Amino acid sequence: MALDDRKSEFKFVGTRPDRPDGLDKVTGRAKFGADAHAPGMLHGAILRSPHAHARIVRIDTSRAEALKDVKAVVTRADFSDKVAFKPGLKGEFWNVLENVMAGEKALYDGHAVAAVAATSALAARDALKLIEVEYEVLPHVTDVDKAMQPDAPVIREGAADYSVPEGMHPNVVRYHESGHGDVEAGFAEADLVIEDHFVTEATHQGYIEPHACLATLGNDGKGELWCCTQGHWIVQKTCAALLGIETSQLRVTASEIGGGFGGKTTVFIEPVALALSRKANRPVKLVMSRSEVFRATGPTASASMDVRIGMKKDGTITAAQGVFRLQGGAFPGAPGDMTAMCAFAPYHLTNVRQVGYDVMTNRPKQAAYRAPGAPMGAFAVESVIDELCNKLGLDPIDVRLKNAAHEGTKASYGPRYERIGLVETLEAAKAHPHYSAPLKPGQGRGISCGFWFNHGGETSVSLALSEDGSAQVMVGTPDIGGSRASMALMAAEVLGIPYENIRVTVADTATLGYNDVSHGSRVTYASGLATIKAARNAVEKLCERAAAKWGIPVDAVKWENGCAVPSGPNAGDFDPMPLAEITASMGRTGGPISGHFEATPEGAGVSFGTHIVDAEVDRETGRTTITRYTVIQDAGKAIHPAYVEGQYQGGAAQGIGWALNEEYIYGEDGRLQNSIFLDYRIPVASDLPMIDTVIVEVPNPGHPFGVRGVGETGIVPPLAAIANAVSNAAGLRMRQLPMSPPRVLAALKGNG
Amino acid sequence: MDYHSPASFAEASALAAKATGTTRFLAGGTDVLVQLRSDIVTPDTLIDIKKIGGVRDITRNADGSWTIGVAVTGAEMSEHPELGREWPGLVEAMDLIGSTQVQGRATLTGNLCNASPAADAVPAMVAAEVTISVTGPDGVREVPVEQIPTAPGRTSLAKGEVVSAVNVPARGANGGDAYLRFIPRTEMDIAVVGCGVNLRLDGETITEARVSLGAVAPTVLLVEDCAKAILGTTLDEAALDALAAAASAACNPINDKRGTIEFRTEVAGVLAKRAARIAYARAKGEKA
Ligand SMILES: Cc1cc2nc3c(=O)[nH]c(=O)nc-3n(C[C@H](O)[C@H](O)[C@H](O)COP(=O)(O)OP(=O)(O)OC[C@H]3O[C@@H](n4cnc5c(N)ncnc54)[C@H](O)[C@@H]3O)c2cc1C
Repeated sequence: MALDDRKSEFKFVGTRPDRPDGLDKVTGRAKFGADAHAPGMLHGAILRSPHAHARIVRIDTSRAEALKDVKAVVTRADFSDKVAFKPGLKGEFWNVLENVMAGEKALYDGHAVAAVAATSALAARDALKLIEVEYEVLPHVTDVDKAMQPDAPVIREGAADYSVPEGMHPNVVRYHESGHGDVEAGFAEADLVIEDHFVTEATHQGYIEPHACLATLGNDGKGELWCCTQGHWIVQKTCAALLGIETSQLRVTASEIGGGFGGKTTVFIEPVALALSRKANRPVKLVMSRSEVFRATGPTASASMDVRIGMKKDGTITAAQGVFRLQGGAFPGAPGDMTAMCAFAPYHLTNVRQVGYDVMTNRPKQAAYRAPGAPMGAFAVESVIDELCNKLGLDPIDVRLKNAAHEGTKASYGPRYERIGLVETLEAAKAHPHYSAPLKPGQGRGISCGFWFNHGGETSVSLALSEDGSAQVMVGTPDIGGSRASMALMAAEVLGIPYENIRVTVADTATLGYNDVSHGSRVTYASGLATIKAARNAVEKLCERAAAKWGIPVDAVKWENGCAVPSGPNAGDFDPMPLAEITASMGRTGGPISGHFEATPEGAGVSFGTHIVDAEVDRETGRTTITRYTVIQDAGKAIHPAYVEGQYQGGAAQGIGWALNEEYIYGEDGRLQNSIFLDYRIPVASDLPMIDTVIVEVPNPGHPFGVRGVGETGIVPPLAAIANAVSNAAGLRMRQLPMSPPRVLAALKGNG
Repeated sequence: MDYHSPASFAEASALAAKATGTTRFLAGGTDVLVQLRSDIVTPDTLIDIKKIGGVRDITRNADGSWTIGVAVTGAEMSEHPELGREWPGLVEAMDLIGSTQVQGRATLTGNLCNASPAADAVPAMVAAEVTISVTGPDGVREVPVEQIPTAPGRTSLAKGEVVSAVNVPARGANGGDAYLRFIPRTEMDIAVVGCGVNLRLDGETITEARVSLGAVAPTVLLVEDCAKAILGTTLDEAALDALAAAASAACNPINDKRGTIEFRTEVAGVLAKRAARIAYARAKGEKA
């Protein structure tokens, strides 16, 4: 274990031990979604719509059902009566049902319309070819601006909620407006006002592991589900609702997870596998192909945005205004409100106004993708700020420092900030050697700040001590970023026993209370807080046992370095009593010792980052190379610095893909054209420079050790920072993502 | 599906001649097996040519030419101590295909016979004036590589014909070749444009030239006008500009998810210049 040479009040927190799941993952012992098997197991496959928008006139499954290898076929019709999908579902449950199995209409290319369970995966795949579906093809729309036009086809009448102003197209389903001050007065004070239009494409989280599950559901309404998910309680709750069974009768176990990034916070195949299992009365395994993942899970929203910012010659922002239109596929949910609220959040503004639209199109239902909505808004806002700095001849970090939000600032989205670390990240960026390093000809440098709220959420943790003095911690948040290591470090810190003596397990839904999904950068914050409190709960009991043995009051005992000790000279003269000594006899001194904590912590603490990027543009081909990248972000307190750095680097890597080459490409026919990794171009390792990181630590007052979530903020600045670098290298402003070579070359040739 | 592993090309040819339905030869399988698993092509007959004697040999013939077996992999070509010194462009083109894993399987012949307009090794083979030996029911014929692909996914090979060898000419004096492709990333991608150049010099002057383009037309192109643009020149700026113009003029590309017509046309010229510079330097004996 590397000794941290910085002075620290912590013994374990802040060190970098190996992750407990590391050996399993590098040796292949770890069990992921598709690694589960059950006796008599069938294999499922899903038939998907080839049309972007079509009425389902008729489905004939009889030829598939006649095959001897086929044991069950389900369609939405089955779900509602024979398989008794719960009737009368409303709200988001209804949306999820409609998404996992189409009803009257197929709403996007890839929308599930029927499913088969057969004795082999190949038999299931081939049986799909025998299902006849008669479609009446309808006009479709996949572009957000076109979907808002008066003549756009209506995806679903009546999907809009109360927030939508009158006269908008029915595809606009939610509206958000917020801000403060008087923007027009602010613009009048400015020396320069720039207004620009920006466009981003939908991107996919690109997790390495496709969705997979193994489902068993009997006619007694009792089920078991193994699946790859970021949150098995939401899977339990949703599947139970969709299948009309009692929540507690469905036990859901989360597999090891090969990435999620927000994309595995809902269900896609799990209710279908359960329905097939119930109909076939056999376990059913369903595994998505990569192409299904692209076509029918939840990519992020695409965006069309207008941003207007006024600045004085000295760099003071006098007013800021943005309109953010996001399409989130054929269902409500695009995070237009989040985009709007985060867009100007890094700045201390007197006059600010933001509007967000949630728009439906014939695309798959968007899902969360790291800081959902925030990266697009930052792209637009930080590009305009960069342009203002260029035009006014100002340093981009100085301007951001001048306008930076700090403790007490009224945030653009409403509340007043508590202690935040934006200024510290900007100062660290300015002092970093990267910022002053000379650029070669053809290179440009870009800066951007980014903000994310972070989240608390419902959390339960249980900690049990063993006789030998080791500890097991049960958390309910699937480990998507090394969190088991962080939990063990925090428990070790409180208990005072070595990291290696603690085993952290992601418990299933039957063995722990409710836990919200691993999302919102909440795990190290909320499960961490709960782990600390559960450990403290156990420590109290340990102190009680020592007090009883010593015959002194419990408040005369304190816990130090893994031992009960008298709290002071007056308490009595006793040798420290180590944890293992207390647990060795716990059966006789009052029974097993455990600690628990259940709550919905509210003090997540917002987080900011600043990125510095150098890009080189080949002026003959439009190809961009990222030559240097530095991420600076406030972690509050880095429990396991290596995994914090991993989150920073991962955000930058995904941001590079989003900025340069990743995009959902739809044809005129509304079909997704690039549903494989050959044509959906995520960065490969050799595309990336070394991504340097600086961990800033401005403790979060809402966490016992000062933790702020770090998982999401890291993807907010890259789009803008890279666009600024590319624009500065190319000598022209890139306002549309991805900045693929054809797009950059066209801009350089003056046809952009 | 019937699987065969014949011991001779004559036997392979006979099996293919009498097969019905869809037939595929199995070299490295990096196209065939991928298409099979993703439900694109499920062959009725699969004829594995890797058990035929000599198919993994790289042979230098007495006249300095090379014979490359039809199962020789990209990795084996790259690791060969001499082939790459004489034909660096050809070996580098093959080496661009896929990853380390794919390199352990993929072959020149498979790349050619899969007939993708974007195949990387094919423009390099065309520039190098490579021919293939084709064994059919009527014996063996030798065909220039550029005559094999006829359209995306289609070749001029007749039923019952199997490629039995790849013939690379003798390098000879003062020659050099190069292949470049454009991809938006650094690897694991498909050529948006590819360009092969093969030159011979007399002093500083180009006396022989072959220029080929990939991914800008339904098949790989051998562009005579590109050769004309640089023949007799010392590859000065004017010659390079003429080369680029000829390359762009030869393009007949499509707009698709991988690139626009304008982009492919423009970049074909850029790559032609860059590849020609490398080939020219190599012909002069400089490292490039
Ligand atoms: C991950 C990955 C990355 C790739 N990257 C690239 C790339 O960058 N550039 C590129 O060009 N390609 C790429 N490919 C495609 C493929 O690897 C190449 O086309 C490769 O050269 C095919 O060779 P093979 O030996 O595997 O062919 P196979 O798959 O065995 O055969 C391909 C075709 O050739 C025919 N064939 C094979 N041998 C003979 C013979 N002796 N006579 C007649 N016909 C024959 C087969 O019938 C089949 O139609 C990639 C593939 C993968 C899976």
